Amino acid sequence: MTSEEIFALLEPIIKTYLPQDVSAQEINRSSDLTRELNINSAHLVDIILDIEDVFNIEFKNEDMEKLRNVDDAIILIQQKISS
Amino acid sequence: MKKRVVITGLGVVSPNGVGIAPFSDAIKNGVSGIRFFSELRDLNFSCQLGAMPEISDEKKRAYLSDLQLRNFLSSGILYGIIAGMDAFKDANLEIAKMDEAPFWDMGIVFGSGTSGVEKFREAIYKIDDKNVRRLGSNSVAQTMTSGVSAYLAGIIGAGNWVTANSSACATGTEALLMGYEHIAQGKATYMLCGSTSDSGPYIWGGFDAIKVTNYKHNNSPQNVEGPMSQGASGFVPGSGAGAYILESLDNAEQRGAKIYAEILGGALNTGGQRLGGSMTAPNSTAIQNCIQNALTDSNVDASEIDYINGHLTATTKDPDEIENWSLALNRNGDDFPYINSLKGMVGHCLAASGSIEIVSSILQLNEGFIFPNVNCDVLHPKITAIISPEKISMKLRKTSLQTIAKASFGFGDVNACAIFKKI
Repeated sequence: MTSEEIFALLEPIIKTYLPQDVSAQEINRSSDLTRELNINSAHLVDIILDIEDVFNIEFKNEDMEKLRNVDDAIILIQQKISS
Repeated sequence: MKKRVVITGLGVVSPNGVGIAPFSDAIKNGVSGIRFFSELRDLNFSCQLGAMPEISDEKKRAYLSDLQLRNFLSSGILYGIIAGMDAFKDANLEIAKMDEAPFWDMGIVFGSGTSGVEKFREAIYKIDDKNVRRLGSNSVAQTMTSGVSAYLAGIIGAGNWVTANSSACATGTEALLMGYEHIAQGKATYMLCGSTSDSGPYIWGGFDAIKVTNYKHNNSPQNVEGPMSQGASGFVPGSGAGAYILESLDNAEQRGAKIYAEILGGALNTGGQRLGGSMTAPNSTAIQNCIQNALTDSNVDASEIDYINGHLTATTKDPDEIENWSLALNRNGDDFPYINSLKGMVGHCLAASGSIEIVSSILQLNEGFIFPNVNCDVLHPKITAIISPEKISMKLRKTSLQTIAKASFGFGDVNACAIFKKI
C-alpha cells in the first residue's frame, strides 16, 4: 500500500474525531493530531481502534507513544502491514 | 439569613411525554406510557410491562454531536442531558462560550441509581474476552454515576459545584434539596438539579426478581391497577429523567425570570432500617418525622398543605403511606389535602421518579390543576378508612393550589420531602 492509499483510508477516520470548529480540510500529512487538529487526547485510542479495524492490524502500547501526526500513523501502518 | 430559592426552569423526559408541553398535556389527560415489551417476555420476566420515553435519532442529534453519539449506549445519560438542557433553556439561560470563562455561579446535582448499564454490559463482555484494550474512550464517561452532571457541565460550562447524588427512589427529591441548600447558603446563584434512570431489563431485572412488579396484566397494560387502588399489587418499572433550574429569588427577580414556584424547604432522613424499616421497607416513624421536619424547615403549618404528590407506587404498601401522611399532618377524612400519584401513568421511574414527579407537581401548582390518578376504579378500603375519596380525583380537576408537599421514599429506608409554594 502506498502512503497515498493509506492516507485516503486514514483521513475519514481522523475526520470523525475532529472538534466541531476544525475543518476536515485542515488534515494533511504533517498535522499534529492533538496540537494542531485539536483532537481530544482520549480519542487517540479510538483512532487506533478504528485503524486496527480498517487495516486489520494490531497496535502495541509502544506504538501509540510514537503517534503524533498523520505521517507517524502512515509509517506505523506500513510497518504493521508489511510485517 | 438564608436566601430564598425559586424554580425558574423545568425539563422532563417521561414515558408519557418528552418536553414540558407534551408532558403537561399527557398528565392532564391521564395518558399512560406503560407498554408491553416483547424483549422482557423473551427474557422470561414476570412483569413484561415497562415505561420508557421515546427519543428519535433526530432528537438525540439536537442535544449531542455525532462524535458524542458514537458508541453511545447510556439511555439514562441521554435522558438526563435532554431534561437538563431543556430546563436550562426554559430558564432562558445562556451557555458559557467555548473560549470564555465558565459559568461560575451555576452548579449541578444530577443523580442516578446506576448509570449506563448497557455500556457496562458491553465493556464486561470485552473485558471477559481479554479485550480490555478495545473498550474505547467513552466507557468511563458513560458508566460513571456522575455521567449526566459531567456531560451537562461540559455543554453548559458550569463552574460551580458539579456532582451526582444517589439515594435509590428518593434521588430526584434529594437532588432538589441539595441544590436548594447550596443556593440558600449563598454558595451558588443557579443549580441545575434532577435525576435519571436507565431503561431496560438490566435495570428492571432486580425488581422483577424480588416480585415487587406487576405480573398480572402483561396482555393488558391499560388495565394495570394504579396507585391507591384496591387491586394494586405491584409497580410497573419505568425510566426517564426530570430536571429543574433552581435560582435565588433575588437573581430571578433581577433578571425578570419566569418563576414557577418557591422551594420553602424540606427534609432528608432514614429510618435506620429499624422499627419496621429494612433495606426494602420503610420505617413509618421516620417517614412521619421526615414530613414533619420538612414542614418545620419550611415554616409551614400542616393545615396549609393543599396537595400532596405521593410516592405511592401501586403496591400493597400504598395504604401505609396514606396513614403516614395522615399521622404526620394530623389530618384525615375531608380535612386531608388532595393527593395523587403519577406512577399510574409512567410506572415507577426508580431513581428518576422523584424528579419526574416534582416536575408534575410544579406544573400543577403553577397552573392550578390536579392530574387524574389513573386506573383506580375502586379505592383501597384501608385508604378510604383514613381519607375522604373526594381527595383522590380520578378526573382532571382545576383548582388553585398555594402550598404543596412532595415526598419520595427509597430502598435503604431513605426518605426525602420538599415543600413548594406558589409565588
